[in-house]
Amino acid sequence: MPKPEDIDIPKLGDFLVTPAVSPDSMAHSQPYVANADHQNALGFPGELVDNWHDVAIAKLGELTSKSRGLQVYLDSCVKCGACTDKCHYFLGTGDPKNMPVARQDLLRKVYRRYFTLPGKYFPKLVGAEDLTEEVLDEWYKYYHQCSQCRRCSVYCPYGIDTSEVSMAAREIMASVGKGQKYCNEIINKVHTIGNNLGLPEPALADTLQGLEEDVLEDDGVAVKFPLDVKGADVLLVTPSADFFAEPHIDGLIGYAKVFHQAGISWTVSSYASEAANFGLFIGSYDNMQKMALRIREAALELGVKRIVFGECGHAWRVGYSFLDTLAGPFDFLDGDYPVPQHIVEVTHELIQQKRIKLDPEANNDKRVTFHDSCNVARASRMGTESGGQLVLPREVIKACCNHFFDMPENTIGEATFCCGGGGGLLTDDLVELRIKGALPRMQALKELDDQHQITHMAAICAICKSQFSKVLPYYGFQMDQVISVHQLVGDALVMSSGEI
Amino acid sequence: MPGCQSRQVASSQLMGTVLSIVLYFSAVIFVVGLLRRIVRYASIPAPLKIPTTPAPTTRRGVALRLAREVVLFESLFKASKWTWLFGWLFHFGLLLSLLAHLRFFVDPVWWWVAFVSRFSPYAGMLMFLGLSGLLLRRFMVDRVRYISAPSDFLMLLFLMAIAGTGLLMRYGFRADIVELKVFAMGLKYFDFASLAFHPVLLLHLLLVAVLLLIFPFSKLLHVPGLFFSPSRYQVDNPREKRHLSRRSNDGVRTQGVEHPERDSA
Repeated sequence: MPKPEDIDIPKLGDFLVTPAVSPDSMAHSQPYVANADHQNALGFPGELVDNWHDVAIAKLGELTSKSRGLQVYLDSCVKCGACTDKCHYFLGTGDPKNMPVARQDLLRKVYRRYFTLPGKYFPKLVGAEDLTEEVLDEWYKYYHQCSQCRRCSVYCPYGIDTSEVSMAAREIMASVGKGQKYCNEIINKVHTIGNNLGLPEPALADTLQGLEEDVLEDDGVAVKFPLDVKGADVLLVTPSADFFAEPHIDGLIGYAKVFHQAGISWTVSSYASEAANFGLFIGSYDNMQKMALRIREAALELGVKRIVFGECGHAWRVGYSFLDTLAGPFDFLDGDYPVPQHIVEVTHELIQQKRIKLDPEANNDKRVTFHDSCNVARASRMGTESGGQLVLPREVIKACCNHFFDMPENTIGEATFCCGGGGGLLTDDLVELRIKGALPRMQALKELDDQHQITHMAAICAICKSQFSKVLPYYGFQMDQVISVHQLVGDALVMSSGEI
Repeated sequence: MPGCQSRQVASSQLMGTVLSIVLYFSAVIFVVGLLRRIVRYASIPAPLKIPTTPAPTTRRGVALRLAREVVLFESLFKASKWTWLFGWLFHFGLLLSLLAHLRFFVDPVWWWVAFVSRFSPYAGMLMFLGLSGLLLRRFMVDRVRYISAPSDFLMLLFLMAIAGTGLLMRYGFRADIVELKVFAMGLKYFDFASLAFHPVLLLHLLLVAVLLLIFPFSKLLHVPGLFFSPSRYQVDNPREKRHLSRRSNDGVRTQGVEHPERDSA
C-alpha cells in the first residue's frame, strides 16, 4: 500500500488531458477485505467459501433475474467507446480497466461465458472468460475503483450504468466471502448503534449541547440542537460526519440556524442518526432497506410531520429515489410536504417566501464555486422541476454570496465529476486512488481559480467534504477551501436577537 | 440445348428452395430469440428508481427522451462527436436500406417505398462510410482498441460485407431484379420460387441470414435493450408516486411496511 509520499501526484496543466492507456497501472490498488465478524453480521460468509466459483455464478444468475437494469446492461453494450474517457479514475490513472466499459466487462465476460450461447461455444471470439481466482481478484481491485457516480451513464447511448454493475459485483463478492472492510464495518455500526461513526446517544447529546453553547457564544442567539424530541415537526436525518467533522459541522450549524429563524421545530434521532446508507455501495438491497427502516421507525416513534435530509450525496439518492420504496408508505407524515425533503429545498423555499433573510455581504470575503455532488446531480432531484437539483443549491448560494462562479460547463451539472471518494472508497487504504481520482475536479477548479481567484468550493455531500479536505492540499489548494453550502447560509442568515 | 436448360431450371429451383428454407430458419430464430429476450426483460423486476437525472418527470417526457435517443442518439452526441457521426450515418443508411428493400415484398410498390428506393444506393454508401469510420476508430483510438473483442471487429466487417454486396449488385454484378422480386414475394406466401445462381446475391442473402441468426445472442440486443434501460425509460417521480416492484425480498420486515408487489414506471 503506497503511502502518500510515494504517490506520483498528477500535475495540473492548462486543461484536462485524456491519458494514453497504461495497462495495470492501478492493479496494486485494493481496499482491505472485511473480517469474518463484519461479514457474518451482514449475513455474508466470514471468509472465501470453498465452492466460491459456483456460489458466485449462481449469485450472478440470481441478480440478473432480480434487476432488469443489470440484465439489460450486461446484454446491450456495443463497445462503442463513448464512455472510455468519462471516468475520473481513468482520467486520473490511465489504467484502462478504469474505463467504464472495461470495468463492466470484468463482469460481462463472465456473464457471457456462463449465460450466453456465443460465450459458451466461442468464448475467445466474443471475449468471454471463465471465472478464475485471478478474475475474482480483478473484480475486487477494479470494482473498488468505481465510485458509482453514474457519469458514464449520462454518455452511454443505452444509459448503461456502471454503478449498477459495480454494485452487483460487490454483492457477489460479499456473498462468496470477500466483502470490503470499510463499508461492512460502517454498516455494522449503523445496524447496532445508528450511525457510521458509532456515536452512541450520550456522545451525540454531548456534541449537540456543545454546539448550542458555541453558537450562543459566537452569535449571541440561543439556537437549539434538539435530540430525540417527541412531537417535533421535522426529523432531521443527516450524515453523522455533520456532528463532528470539519467543514461538515458548520453546515449542521447552518441547518439549525435556518430552522431556528424560520420557527420550525426539529429534532435529530439518536436511533436514526445517519443519513448515509452504505448498503447502496455494497449493492445489498436487504442491508439498505434495514437501514432505511430505522428512519421510518424513528419518524413514527418521535411523531414528526416531516423528514428532512442534510447535505449528503448518496444519502440523498437513497432518500429521494429509494426511501419510499424501501420503507414506505409514509402516509403518517404531513402530506403537504414531499417525503423526504432536502435541507436545500427547505432553505430555498424559506428564502422565496421571505421567511428568512440573508445578507450576502456577510460572505463578501469569499469567492465561491459549487461542486455538484455526483449522486445529487445524476441520481436525484430537488424541487418540482427536472434538474432542480442543479438549480436550487446555486440559487441558495447566490442568495448568500455576491461572488459566485461556475466551473467549466462540461465539469458541472449532469457532467459533474465525482470528488474521487464516493461509493465506499473514502478510506485510507485507497488514498492513492482518491488523490488521482480527484484530478478532473481539481483541474476544473484550477481553471476557474486562474480566472476568478476562487477562495471556496461549496459542497453538499459529507463524502465530498471529507475527500476534498484530504486531497486539496496535494493539488496546491488549502484543505479549508471546501465548505458546506449551509455554512454560507448560516453565515449570511440575519438572526433576530429576540424570541421567535 | 434443352437438357442443359432444364438442368438450369432444376438448379434454380433447388437454390430457391434451399435459400428459402435458410431464410425462414434464420427469421424464426430471430423472431423467437428476440421475443424471448424481450419477454425476459419485461418480466424482470426493476426494484428501484434509477433514471439518470435530470430526467423527465412525466411519461410523455420519457417518451420524448427515448425518441431523442432512438432518432438522434442524444447521449452519444454528448459523448463523442466522431462516434456519433459515424454511428448515426450507418444507422440512418441502414434504415433507408431496409425501407427500400420493401419494394421486393409489396406489389404494387407503395409510392413512398418507390421514393425511398431512389436513394437506395446512397443508403448503402452511407452504411459503408459509417461502418468504415467506426472500424477505423476501433483500430486507431487506443481506448477503443483495448475494449474490442474479435467479434467487435467482425461485426463491423460483417455489416460492411452486407452493404458492400448490396452495392456491388447495383454497380456491376446486377442480379435479375424481376426474378428476385418473384422469389421475395414467394417467401411471403410460402411459395418456394426459383432463383438463378448469382454469387453476389447469394452471399448477400446468406450474410443477412447469419445476421438474423446471431441478432438475439449478440450485442445487437442493444436494440430492444434501450427500451428496457431503467436509466432511460423510468420517470423521475419517486416522491410523487411510490415505486413498487416484484423484487422478492424475504429479508427485513417491520409492521406497517407493505411488501412491494408490482412494478410501476
